[in-house]
Amino acid sequence: MNSIYSYLAIPLLPLIASFCVGILGKKLSEFFASSFTILSVFGAFILSCFTLNQTLDGLVVNQAVYQWLATGRYQFEVGFLIDNLTAMMMVVVTFISLMVHIYTMGYMKGDPGYRRFFSYISLFTFSMLMLVMSNNFMQLFFGWEAVGLVSYLLIGFWYQKSTAIYANLKAFLVNRVGDFGFILGIAMILYWTGSLDYATVFKNVGIITAHTMQLFGQPVEVITVICVLLFIGAMGKSAQVPLHVWLPDSMEGPTPISALIHAATMVTAGIFMVSRMSPLFELSDTALSFVMIIGAITALFMGLLGIIQNDIKRVIAYSTLSQLGYMTVALGASAYSVAMFHLMTHAFFKALLFLGAGSVIIGMHHDQDIRNMGNLRKYMPVTWITFLIGSLALIGTPLFSGFYSKDSLIEVVKLSHITGSNFAYFSVLVGVFVTAFYSFRLYFLVFHGKEKWRLQTVAHNDDYHHGLNPKDNPHESALSITLPLTLLAIPSVVIGYISIEPILFGSFFAKSIFLNVEAHPAMEHLSHHFHQIYHGPFGMAVHSILSIPFFFATSGVALAYYCYQVNINLPKQIIKNTQTIYSILENKYGFDSFNEKFFAHGSRFLGERFWRLGDEKIIDGWFVNGTARFVGKCSEKIRIIQSGYIYHYAFAMVIGVFLFLTFFIKI
Amino acid sequence: MNELIQFDLSLIMPEIFVLSMAMVVLMTDLFIKPSSRWIIYSLSQLTLLGSTYLTGKDFAEETQFAFSNMFVRDGLADFLKMISYLGISLTFLYSRSYMKDRGLYRGEYFALVLFALLGMMIMISSHNMLLVYMGLELLSLCLYSITALDRDNQKATESAIKYFVLGALASGLLLYGMSMIYGATSSLDIGIISTTLFNHPTDHSILVLGLVFVLAGLAFKLGAVPFQMWVPDVYEGAPSSIAMLISSVPKLAAFAITIRLLADGLQSMIIDWKEMLLIMAVLSISIGNITAIAQKNIKRMYAYSTISHIGFILFGVMSGSLNGYASSLFYVASYMLMTLVSFAILMIMSNKNFECELIEDFKGLNKRSPWYAFLMLIVMLSMAGIPPTIGFYAKFMVLQAALEAGFVGFVIYAVMMVLVGMFYYLRIVKLMYFDEPKVKGKIEASLDVQWVLSLNALSLLIIGLVPYTFMEATTQAISLSLN
Repeated sequence: MNSIYSYLAIPLLPLIASFCVGILGKKLSEFFASSFTILSVFGAFILSCFTLNQTLDGLVVNQAVYQWLATGRYQFEVGFLIDNLTAMMMVVVTFISLMVHIYTMGYMKGDPGYRRFFSYISLFTFSMLMLVMSNNFMQLFFGWEAVGLVSYLLIGFWYQKSTAIYANLKAFLVNRVGDFGFILGIAMILYWTGSLDYATVFKNVGIITAHTMQLFGQPVEVITVICVLLFIGAMGKSAQVPLHVWLPDSMEGPTPISALIHAATMVTAGIFMVSRMSPLFELSDTALSFVMIIGAITALFMGLLGIIQNDIKRVIAYSTLSQLGYMTVALGASAYSVAMFHLMTHAFFKALLFLGAGSVIIGMHHDQDIRNMGNLRKYMPVTWITFLIGSLALIGTPLFSGFYSKDSLIEVVKLSHITGSNFAYFSVLVGVFVTAFYSFRLYFLVFHGKEKWRLQTVAHNDDYHHGLNPKDNPHESALSITLPLTLLAIPSVVIGYISIEPILFGSFFAKSIFLNVEAHPAMEHLSHHFHQIYHGPFGMAVHSILSIPFFFATSGVALAYYCYQVNINLPKQIIKNTQTIYSILENKYGFDSFNEKFFAHGSRFLGERFWRLGDEKIIDGWFVNGTARFVGKCSEKIRIIQSGYIYHYAFAMVIGVFLFLTFFIKI
Repeated sequence: MNELIQFDLSLIMPEIFVLSMAMVVLMTDLFIKPSSRWIIYSLSQLTLLGSTYLTGKDFAEETQFAFSNMFVRDGLADFLKMISYLGISLTFLYSRSYMKDRGLYRGEYFALVLFALLGMMIMISSHNMLLVYMGLELLSLCLYSITALDRDNQKATESAIKYFVLGALASGLLLYGMSMIYGATSSLDIGIISTTLFNHPTDHSILVLGLVFVLAGLAFKLGAVPFQMWVPDVYEGAPSSIAMLISSVPKLAAFAITIRLLADGLQSMIIDWKEMLLIMAVLSISIGNITAIAQKNIKRMYAYSTISHIGFILFGVMSGSLNGYASSLFYVASYMLMTLVSFAILMIMSNKNFECELIEDFKGLNKRSPWYAFLMLIVMLSMAGIPPTIGFYAKFMVLQAALEAGFVGFVIYAVMMVLVGMFYYLRIVKLMYFDEPKVKGKIEASLDVQWVLSLNALSLLIIGLVPYTFMEATTQAISLSLN
């Protein structure tokens, strides 16, 4: 495992599996297709664990695998940078991917696209690994686009569904906006530092700190522009306001990919990227403030939307948005390690929640409306317990993994002093309450209370309707589904307790993340608190019981209990009395309709104009058809010359010679 | 003295071999039954194999002269000869069943083609204007008679007569031009002409007079405007297999004498012939591409397409740089590979009672034989110059060379003409894939033809993807021969 080529096996294993299954397709049995991809991802997971083990001993690899292209003074290489940050992401990605692969065997059973699905998710694993293992911006961008492509393919996996097609197109278009910023950022980096290699860029970045450039007539620091542009890329991929609109709709895809791509891994690529770019972001307080404010807005306002959703997957989707906002806030507070820590814990418990939701959906015969559920704990015990664990982790119950990451996050935002940190602190604090409320609203509605599907009057016996008949009982899902749930529940509980000390306060990220301690001392203070006041992770849990976040979380749960268990008519009354607020939330703050009216309608209008005037009249009428007519006429004319008579031909030759002679002989 | 002759003979071993084998073929044919013509066929293929071996055995690393500098053997010559063997061998293979169906599968066909090959080899290796002319006449006479091989076919004989009369006129022009150059330099040796012109600039107008006439003769052989008139008529009138022969390998030889005469002999007159070639190239590209659109007969369409390709080849020569010559060489070789496939598909689509020669005959080919439709697709894309085929790369290299020589405006014009040309190539693709077939039934071809044809067509794609080795070979051939 010392040669760079051995690391190459990690992304290549899923790629090979993906190609085999994708190309051979129907020739393979379903069992072979799934077990082959599962084995390859398992192999990648084991190798990633080895790699993590090595990097824990202090190994850092930064090496090119091969040169792809060299033009002038620029070289484009494929290479790997492997350190603790990469290795952690690799383990998380391959582990969740493995769980999702196993889960898919049960979830997609009988689907006509079974093999295609496995091919896609393996391809995704490859792309994501290329993204995190990259040591240069070009490969980063490749991975970035590749995960976007697979995400597009998977959202529209059920391509017969028009909503799915709409959703994947939307995801693709919105991500283009982000990617446009991202590639501009990369281009600026190439322009100013002359390299795309991380190490070289970070070394040369000192040169550009002093430079300013003219932007809209104002002098702006170059580094700020670069960071903001890169972050715009992250906003697209990690669904930050206002580029978040695609993520809720992406739930049209099958549930396993909602867990893998749209909760645990791909959407966190933006967070990972900013952490990787910490040497750049540390140089610009303006960019950090921008990051923090965007994150804070996302964390709070997207959480609020989760409260009114009735689709089980959409609730979790909005929760994902809000949690991504949390991570972004941490990035803004220069607490990259905290963001990465929350990314990791969130990956486990959010994948767990999504897969649990998938299990519920199967139990309910593909009915996703939580108003038709209830008391499922009686019928689906494993799903119930694991879902409860996931929810407890999400709201930050002490000792659970989510608690350690979220509490540290809130603490570090409190200690931060950059512009916008007060607002961010307020947002994340209120966010705790909101998170607890919507999580347990979901939990109580699904697993407790009355069995509401029995109240439905219309029984549907045909294939076209989804849902459970009033007389049927839901069943616990198969082992291939419950096993990943159980395996994910374990890290959701313990991973925070185990790893908080090395990751946040030890030297785990020392070689990967650059921190300007003098300018941004929040992490230093947090570390001080942890060691001097709490004396370790257990003490942190004990202390938190008297803290504000804990109070908010418990009151959120209590309110949810009161509203959905004790006084179940209360929510309806509240909705009736707050129509304005409710309709704002219902319309998701109007982002979608604004985009639809302004961008979609506007560009269609413009496009129509260009088409009518530019295309039909000028290009088609003039250039294309006009030239074609002209050429056609010429062609007919020249044809006449070709008469078939020898003397015409000979005459043409003689004329040719004659003309050449008169042209060229100068006497 | 004896050793000297031995050395001279050793250099022309391939030529001697081809000559004797052509005689053997001619003689053998007298003694065998018509049913055992396969012997002739195998003998001819063996001839090509043998000459490939003889040429390849001591592939020229450096320039060597024989027979008082009349004959030259260098990298360019050997490279072109090897490609010619390949082209002739493929011609024999592809035309076998077509000729059988029409009763033309006879000994004289093989003998004449082999003699034509000998003529081409002499042209390729000539270092003296006399030898150039001899090779050219040997080739031409063979081609005239081959065109009329189907002598009861009125169209074929008519086109043969046209070809012959115009060819004689062109030979006369060439000969007249050569005599002018001889008058100015008092030598027929290309090397001496070159040094004389370089050291003692003589009367310019006589030289230009000679140059114009020589160029007219060369342009006739290549088929460049305004000396292209015979091309469409001969292509249409001759049987497809003969048209394939005329359109493919002789262009290599014509290219060789063009390089020898212009880039070597008349090197110091580059300013004059550059402009002449430019005019011819631009006219050829325009007339070729524009007129091809109006054609309904596919062989005529191929003819005009050939004219436009010749225009591109002249573009490379006219750049006047080693790079330009190498690009042209690359172009002419890849053109040969393309044109062979295009005619071969035409021939396997024909049968005893049916002659495939209208563009409409390609309708719905994909429904009849998807694989052949795919091969035709590759050829059409390659001829149109769409990446990643060899045709794209060839055009790209030639235009790059012209760009380096400073012909920006003409390069842009050529690219626009390529767009015009796209129309008639893609029309074939459209007919094959989107129209309903007029005739039903799969297309049959013997196994060896199937395989070789597929390989030949796929090579257009493969070399297009990795053109560097091929390009290096041409660059080396050119730079070894011209310094």
